Amino acid sequence: MQGIQSAAQVTSWLVTGRELFLIIHILGILCFAYIVAKRLVPLVRAQRDLRFDHPLARLGRVLKFWLGQWKHPRYKTAGTIHILIFAGFILLAMRAFTVLIVGVSENFVMPGLSGRAGEIYNTITDYAATIVFLCMVIAVIRRLVFRPARYAVPARFGKAHAADAIFLLALIAILMVADSLFAAAKAAAQSQQGQPLEVLAVFSLPWILQSVLASTALPTLGRLYFGAYLLHEVTFYFLLCYRPFGIQFHVETSLFNVYFAKLDREILKPVRWGVSDEHLDQVKSFGVKTFEDFTWKHMLDFYSCADCGRCSDNCPANAVGRPLSPRFITIKARDYAFQHYPVLGRSNNGTPLVGCKESGSIYSEDEIWSCTTCGACEEECPLLVEYIDKIVDLRRGMIDDGNVPQSLQKPLKALESRGNPYGKMEKKKADWTKAKDFQQTCNVKVVDGKNSADTLYFVDSITSFDDRMQSIGRATAKILTHVGENFGILGASEKDSGHEVRRFGEETLFMALRDHNVDAIKASGVKRIVTADPHAYNALKHDYKDVPPVEHISQVIAKEVKAGNIKFNPVENTDSIYAYHDPCYLGRHNQIYDDPRDVLDAIPGLKRVEMKRSRDRSFCCGGGGLMLFYEPKEDQRMGVKRVQMAAEAGANVIVTACPFCMVNIEDAIKVAGMEGKMTAIDLAELVDQQIARGVEVSNSSLNNPISCHLEQSEGSAVLANSSKTPDSSLRSE
Amino acid sequence: MEILVCVRRVPDTSENEIELNSAGNDIERDDLVYSINEPDNYAVEEALQIVARVGGNVTVATVGGEDDEEVLRREMAMGANHGVLITDEAFNGSDGKGIATILKAFVQKGSYDLILTGVQAEDGGAQVGGMLAALLDYPFASLVNSIEVLDGKKLKISREIEGGNKEISEIDLPCVLSIQTGINEPRYVGMKGIRQVAAIPIPTFGVSNLGLEPSAVGEAAAKVKRVDYFVPTLGKGAEILHGSREENIDKVLELVAAKGGLK
Repeated sequence: MQGIQSAAQVTSWLVTGRELFLIIHILGILCFAYIVAKRLVPLVRAQRDLRFDHPLARLGRVLKFWLGQWKHPRYKTAGTIHILIFAGFILLAMRAFTVLIVGVSENFVMPGLSGRAGEIYNTITDYAATIVFLCMVIAVIRRLVFRPARYAVPARFGKAHAADAIFLLALIAILMVADSLFAAAKAAAQSQQGQPLEVLAVFSLPWILQSVLASTALPTLGRLYFGAYLLHEVTFYFLLCYRPFGIQFHVETSLFNVYFAKLDREILKPVRWGVSDEHLDQVKSFGVKTFEDFTWKHMLDFYSCADCGRCSDNCPANAVGRPLSPRFITIKARDYAFQHYPVLGRSNNGTPLVGCKESGSIYSEDEIWSCTTCGACEEECPLLVEYIDKIVDLRRGMIDDGNVPQSLQKPLKALESRGNPYGKMEKKKADWTKAKDFQQTCNVKVVDGKNSADTLYFVDSITSFDDRMQSIGRATAKILTHVGENFGILGASEKDSGHEVRRFGEETLFMALRDHNVDAIKASGVKRIVTADPHAYNALKHDYKDVPPVEHISQVIAKEVKAGNIKFNPVENTDSIYAYHDPCYLGRHNQIYDDPRDVLDAIPGLKRVEMKRSRDRSFCCGGGGLMLFYEPKEDQRMGVKRVQMAAEAGANVIVTACPFCMVNIEDAIKVAGMEGKMTAIDLAELVDQQIARGVEVSNSSLNNPISCHLEQSEGSAVLANSSKTPDSSLRSE
Repeated sequence: MEILVCVRRVPDTSENEIELNSAGNDIERDDLVYSINEPDNYAVEEALQIVARVGGNVTVATVGGEDDEEVLRREMAMGANHGVLITDEAFNGSDGKGIATILKAFVQKGSYDLILTGVQAEDGGAQVGGMLAALLDYPFASLVNSIEVLDGKKLKISREIEGGNKEISEIDLPCVLSIQTGINEPRYVGMKGIRQVAAIPIPTFGVSNLGLEPSAVGEAAAKVKRVDYFVPTLGKGAEILHGSREENIDKVLELVAAKGGLK
């Protein structure tokens, strides 16, 4: 090339461009390698995490969540901007690589990108650089002018992150400008000398710059060309080495974070990877107490967080002013890692993470107990950062140290001695079946040595003992009876499923409850399990092993409706507008979104609306199990917010499918002063109330004659009455 | 500091439905679950916190039978260094003074700077702590709700007095204190912790190795005997207001004001 010298050829201060750029390359790469090596130090000291299995499944997730940016469109503006930047970066990767090499070897052309292919690639990347540049401008404007609330940093979590974010955005913008200027100066010089032009894409940033530079003198163009190259070079390596100090580290780590992301999210992390339950007694310390108790993947999560705030934006605990913000669980841990494993200097570690502020703890106890494990944060995270396992691990550490709020100690102790958090006597577990008018119509048998059944109805503690929730149990039993199911309950030998016991970190107690229940279930000889409690459902399905298949009652009802075994009377109160609230452990954790809705839509005349936050964005009602005993510090109840959301959607009946949701929502209706304007009903209760009992039951159930059939006619009479006032019949005054 | 905490296993009031037996002279004890007497748990926690500050050992002891080992293990899982079961057939039927006599004999076997008891047993009469102090000729303070260790074998303690007020005293060691609940937040003891201390042998003491006269303890020596249990008759129930929210608020204010609750 004549006219202007290539960047490699330029000589100044006795150094050729080639030498200068070679030195920058080597320094830049060495520096980056050193920083990354330092960042990997805590990962080496971390706990094991078995994430090297199923490479194909993992690759599939990389294609979907990394390359496909699957979660991003959930936030339309930010998502679109990110997808454009990401696509731009992917497209520009080869161009950046080529440009870097050109500084040392001026005639370098990426194999496969010579001739026509190269021209097409250049055109595409001219536009890509332009789009990335524009996205940077938009992103900076968003940060400066529009300031989306989720980027704000509450005072208790330190200073705002905006300046750092804008600095990084500006660096990328500079990189794009330098890259374009480099191409534009070259093209302008070629054009002035009448040489064959490297065609620049019309209206792209290089094209515009070329037009501006069209009449610039050649020597100036030469200097611009070299200057642009140098700027590109320096900015590139500065960014490369600066990113591991903040949120843009995700540019490097995201690919690995998505590849190693948890495949079976519904299964809780074991106390220690590679240690079986039988050997757990030999593990001295449970859970996460110091930073090094996290697994290497959880540390990688900390590095990979892009600080986008989507987790906390969806976190119900954060929404009601509890001390928890998932975003800062990560950010604080990342800052801890940076501080205790510095790039320069020795690492120091071993300080407790929770509780002890004087010794530098980063989390408060309340922060860690505030989580309902609803999973909204994980559902949202574009980088598949995990939260529930970390929260549970931190709780395991607190339980192990005896650091448990008094409000939780009582129910935990009761679970240990009585098998339920209320301290009720075991022999009263089946008392809900003995309600007078219920027992006359539906006789629920206890599956013990004498009675056997095909199906086990696993009731769990709250439905067994809570006066209000017993109604859900009775409705469930009546539905199972109606469809001719040969079912029974475990009665006194059923203990709490332990679902929340495990999620509150009391693994040893959970194992005792689980082992007891597994033995009882196996001894009962049932072939399948049905439950109306999503928490029990989740425990039986994912936490228990070697038990028969388990279904939630909403799945059973949906199936029976489809098969024609359940027919409904039309809704009589036409003023009722129903909204279905997805329980976290039915929806997000088990993807059962459609069955309950299908059931509702099968009821003639039922008007149903969707709340803005529904399905996988459902808003937790306040949490179940032990969370009912915990006294959180909060401005407002989650349930109150949820009830208001239902009202906004225009509903006056909230249908849910979980006894804990019922507790929280009914309480919230009272707290919000909406009694009379809003009611709550469980799906099973509604179905039981609307079932048309005179209708013939299909032949499948006739093969399964059970005691309840005899009383059917009487039952239908009772229920026909109650269905006349569908909205109020189950509400206590 | 060597601290002895005297503990007791009682029916857990929050997890049982206490009913009288048919004879009416005891509660129905089938199906009961037992746990550590709650105030005793606070006493052990306090002992552990003192030892964490100034060093020493915590020993927990109980007078009872084999079943009572359970609470000793729970307190050992909490962090107590030693558990001791004081058991003998001759102890059966002891009254408060009998228990105090047994404990006195045990205390004199060792060397303790501080002896703690719970403020009272949930099924007892808050008598053993004071009697033990008297028998040992030690100073005694009851209803203690904070302890600070001073130099020179002294403690600064506060006691809860009427109206939630506090009385601050200095007390010489060795002494006996009965601990009020709320003095601290006892740590949680999980199943894992209990399992880890399950195999530690618990020494037992009886009449012979405590050097006690069998006639000085047990039913024969008891001067207080339980004669009856009864359930009090139900008084007038709470008043339920049946108005609108506003009416109820006004009514409540009026009622509270009438009782002198509002000034």
